[in-house]
Amino acid sequence: MFRYVRRRAMTSVLLLLFVLLGVFALARMTGDPTSLYLPESATPAQREAFAEINGFNDPLLVQAYDYIRGFLHLDFGTSLRTGESALTMVLQAFPATLQLAVTTMAIAIFLAIVIGSWAAYRPNSLADRLASVLSMTAASVPDFWLAISGIWIFAIVLGILPTSGTDDGLLSWVLPVATLTIGRLGVLVQVVRGAMISALSAPSVRLARSVGAGNVRVVTHHALRNAAAPTLTVAGDLAVGMINGAVIVESIFGWPGIGKLMIDAVISRDYAVLQAAVLLTAVAIFVLNIVIDICYALLDARVREPAKI
Amino acid sequence: MTSLLDPMTAADGAEPPARDQRTSRVSLWLMLWRDKLAAFAALTLTIVALIALVGPVFLGDVANDQDLLRAKQPPFSLDDGWLYVLGTDSLGRSMVVQLVLGARTTFSIAVPAVLVALVIGSVVGMWAGYHRGWRETVAMRTADVLLSFPSLLLAVVVLYVFSPSAANIVLVLVITRIPVYLRTARAEAAELQSRTFVDAARTFGAPPTAIIGRHVFPIILPTLLTVATLEFCSVTLAEASLSFLGIGIQPPGVSWGLMVSEGQPYLSTAWWLSMFPGVAIVITTLSATILAAWVRIATDPDQRWRLAVPRRGRRRTPLEVPA
Repeated sequence: MFRYVRRRAMTSVLLLLFVLLGVFALARMTGDPTSLYLPESATPAQREAFAEINGFNDPLLVQAYDYIRGFLHLDFGTSLRTGESALTMVLQAFPATLQLAVTTMAIAIFLAIVIGSWAAYRPNSLADRLASVLSMTAASVPDFWLAISGIWIFAIVLGILPTSGTDDGLLSWVLPVATLTIGRLGVLVQVVRGAMISALSAPSVRLARSVGAGNVRVVTHHALRNAAAPTLTVAGDLAVGMINGAVIVESIFGWPGIGKLMIDAVISRDYAVLQAAVLLTAVAIFVLNIVIDICYALLDARVREPAKI
Repeated sequence: MTSLLDPMTAADGAEPPARDQRTSRVSLWLMLWRDKLAAFAALTLTIVALIALVGPVFLGDVANDQDLLRAKQPPFSLDDGWLYVLGTDSLGRSMVVQLVLGARTTFSIAVPAVLVALVIGSVVGMWAGYHRGWRETVAMRTADVLLSFPSLLLAVVVLYVFSPSAANIVLVLVITRIPVYLRTARAEAAELQSRTFVDAARTFGAPPTAIIGRHVFPIILPTLLTVATLEFCSVTLAEASLSFLGIGIQPPGVSWGLMVSEGQPYLSTAWWLSMFPGVAIVITTLSATILAAWVRIATDPDQRWRLAVPRRGRRRTPLEVPA
């Protein structure tokens, strides 16, 4: 098991290094980094002064060294927009995204297990076909359009939910969480359904049935346990990809999270903040990947002794 | 999104019948026709593609006709002719025309992105899977790294640094989607390279490239096509999202995602500005998803019988199909 986790952790470390170097390389690839960091209206004298202060005139290796040292010291520079430390801004935004992500994943996983098991229990029944078609549709609808349709129907036409912001307590959670949940639910239902269908026809389940275990017990005690591994894998991927959804949903609903921060940074060309947000997101994904892998290894004995690759 | 449809292949609780000779004679077209939902999806996708291809030619100069007096005309009225049946946008341009132009953008970005990623991903994947060893390790680790980083985040960074042109969007989409094909091709090639017929070819001195091209590739192709169909859906969604966020297609270019975003401020007065392009996206992506589910079954010899047997036969026990 430890070999497995160590191998997976290596991949995650690799990812972190990749992102670190990628962000550095991208910033230097455009030629003059000052044009990346400074607004377009900056005068040549301002550019020169900025380049001197930030060491853009040093040799590339020295710059790379300073950059990595800055990362290790958690020094990401200051925001051009607010003058605050980029790190502070990102850390302030992080909890909002985390709350959104955890709530969404919890709801999506719970509903997917219920709906997916129900559909798998009677394959090809009306309920199953309905679940399949609806889950495919849910997975094909773009997040941003779902959000806008939600605003149009529930906030503008019906007027029962706020259009954006976080001032209305629980009510302001409904649309962002629902938007993010639907797409993930669509994917997860299909995974749970597929995994449950194979789990329900497994010999162990047939045996449990022949010994006289009731239907509910068979599903909850025997089949679900075997269906958990594939579900966890996909749920893990979805959790990592949640940042994609967060960028969109947060910028539509004005949710003060990391996604909105990133888009704002792009629009106002605030590179220090964008860089800090991307690097810290990579760290969060790094941690998440390791947690998922440990869960996965605990759940499935076969994983602990990995086959080749 | 890669594993979106994996479970769809799961057996419906029934065992496939003994190899049905008749099955192979039923053409793919007939099978498609028999699955009404898939046939409908394929037809829809074809129509959208045709509109994207020839639509702009017919529209020509109407495309940029602005008429502020006619701005935000409500849809479903034929007073101004069929061009305005879906209403007008905030500049008085016909929604029908804008949607057609958006279709062209969608296809001109999604098709190259899918094809380039398909070619690069499957070639590298087959190479890695056939040779195994360090080549496999390097390719798979790279794929892992790319896949475990949110694609939108990568796109945001890349399109921040470089200008958000159509070519750059395709580039970003290709980079983020290559691992999907790479993993699929690698897994299948690794399994195939130990088979007897590959061994035989090797014994006769066929070079690796010839073996990969003649013996491995034809077997993997159906799987790759399935993945590519599904990827068309993801790539379309990704392009729409980027354009919506303002880092994809830039005005005066037209994209469905951009149209939704431009319509957002007018949601309370002119809902159709955001709703119609969204419906266009959903129609396209949903058709691709349904079609991918069908292609997956149709190209799998073990599953194909499900589509080949008439519906009544399918309802009863499939084992009754004459062997």
